[in-house]
Amino acid sequence: MVASRGNNSNPARIPALGLRVLAFIIVSILVMYFDHRENHLDGIRKAIGAAVYPVQIVVDAPVRLWHWLGESTTSRNELELELGRLQAERLLTNARLQRLTALEAENARLRALLDARNRVRDQVRVAEILSVDANPYEHNLVIGIGSRDGVYDGQAIVDANGVVGQVIKTGVMTARAVLISDADHALPVEVNRNGLRTIAVGTGEIDRLDLPFLPNNADIRAGDVLVTSGLGGAFPAGYPVAVVNSVTRIPQQPFADVTATPAAALDQVREVMLIWSTPAVAEGAEE
Amino acid sequence: MSRDRPTRRLPVVMTLLVGLMLTIMPLADRVEAFRPDWLALLLVFWAMQLPRTWSVGTAWIVGIVLDVAHGTLLGQHALALSVIVFVTVRFHLLMRVFPLSQLTATIFALLALYQFILFWVNGVAGVVAPMIAYWAPVIAGTALWPFLFMFLSGIRFRARAGN
Repeated sequence: MVASRGNNSNPARIPALGLRVLAFIIVSILVMYFDHRENHLDGIRKAIGAAVYPVQIVVDAPVRLWHWLGESTTSRNELELELGRLQAERLLTNARLQRLTALEAENARLRALLDARNRVRDQVRVAEILSVDANPYEHNLVIGIGSRDGVYDGQAIVDANGVVGQVIKTGVMTARAVLISDADHALPVEVNRNGLRTIAVGTGEIDRLDLPFLPNNADIRAGDVLVTSGLGGAFPAGYPVAVVNSVTRIPQQPFADVTATPAAALDQVREVMLIWSTPAVAEGAEE
Repeated sequence: MSRDRPTRRLPVVMTLLVGLMLTIMPLADRVEAFRPDWLALLLVFWAMQLPRTWSVGTAWIVGIVLDVAHGTLLGQHALALSVIVFVTVRFHLLMRVFPLSQLTATIFALLALYQFILFWVNGVAGVVAPMIAYWAPVIAGTALWPFLFMFLSGIRFRARAGN
């Protein structure tokens, strides 16, 4: 019996085939319409996504195995390099921790003394902001120290909460910096939770950054903290940049619509800190 | 519709799972565009061989899973797969007696139809993609078909012999 069904020697048509395909076409079009117009189907999408997840793990497994094999067979030389890099990273992390505690004390003192030019750490220096122009086309600020104090073009500027921007023009006594919210500014960042790397692009709005290059299925959600990835070279790794504000997955677009709120209060800062990241790494290498 | 024994469903489900893996497997950028539509090829094969068990319903469900995996408009691949599987089931008796060369030409037409539906939905939804993204999988899939056909026929023959 099975064989006869397999051969399907009965030339009779599959019952109601046309009707069924018509129903499926209508359902498809309805589903597409609702998916396109509103996001009511996010739940369904997530549920199916969860069902597909094991398949993704299985697909990832050979890649991970390859990495694991690569790691297990790396040469001593490579391991030493890796170790050096990790030590440098640890130093930066320590410096960051120190920075936070130092900042609290320093902030209080600064507010009292109004002398913003005290050095906080070797690799960090506080500067007062002289002027801010935050129009929709240009988000710049001018700080009160310049090349006389060792400021250089491209130097990273942070405040107590996160990255503010970077120096673009260095004068002798002053320097001009571009804020991360400038529409022409882009910053390599990573998601603190899972290391997902992407680019945060300024929008021209002081309280919004865009992450335009994340695919729809990227693991990112509102509330994720974005930190500098250090890949651009200008910023040392690990400084908080922004908090993801909203993630809108538009199914027919290749990229999700992700916006973030800068961690630093860009329109409220009075003092900022300039980071000399290279000396910190050099110190790590000496150790 | 479900008079088949469970043992006969297993090979189909397994091949579809492997097809899904091959579909979402990361590839180098250069060959990425030439990734064949594995699931479309598999569904066409099984719909041609066992049209009473594997038909438009299966195609639709697989399509929805594919939409989620790709992050495309939900229902887009489901629609395209349902349509080509419908055509396959409608003409399965004819396709079975085709010689392989003629069958491969038919597969080319089916894949082109599949990509055209995706293209059409993208056009309505306002998604712009380069034309190679539509043509490359058709060519790759057609080139792959003779080998896939022989491989799957082997699986099918063995599954039947196992009963």
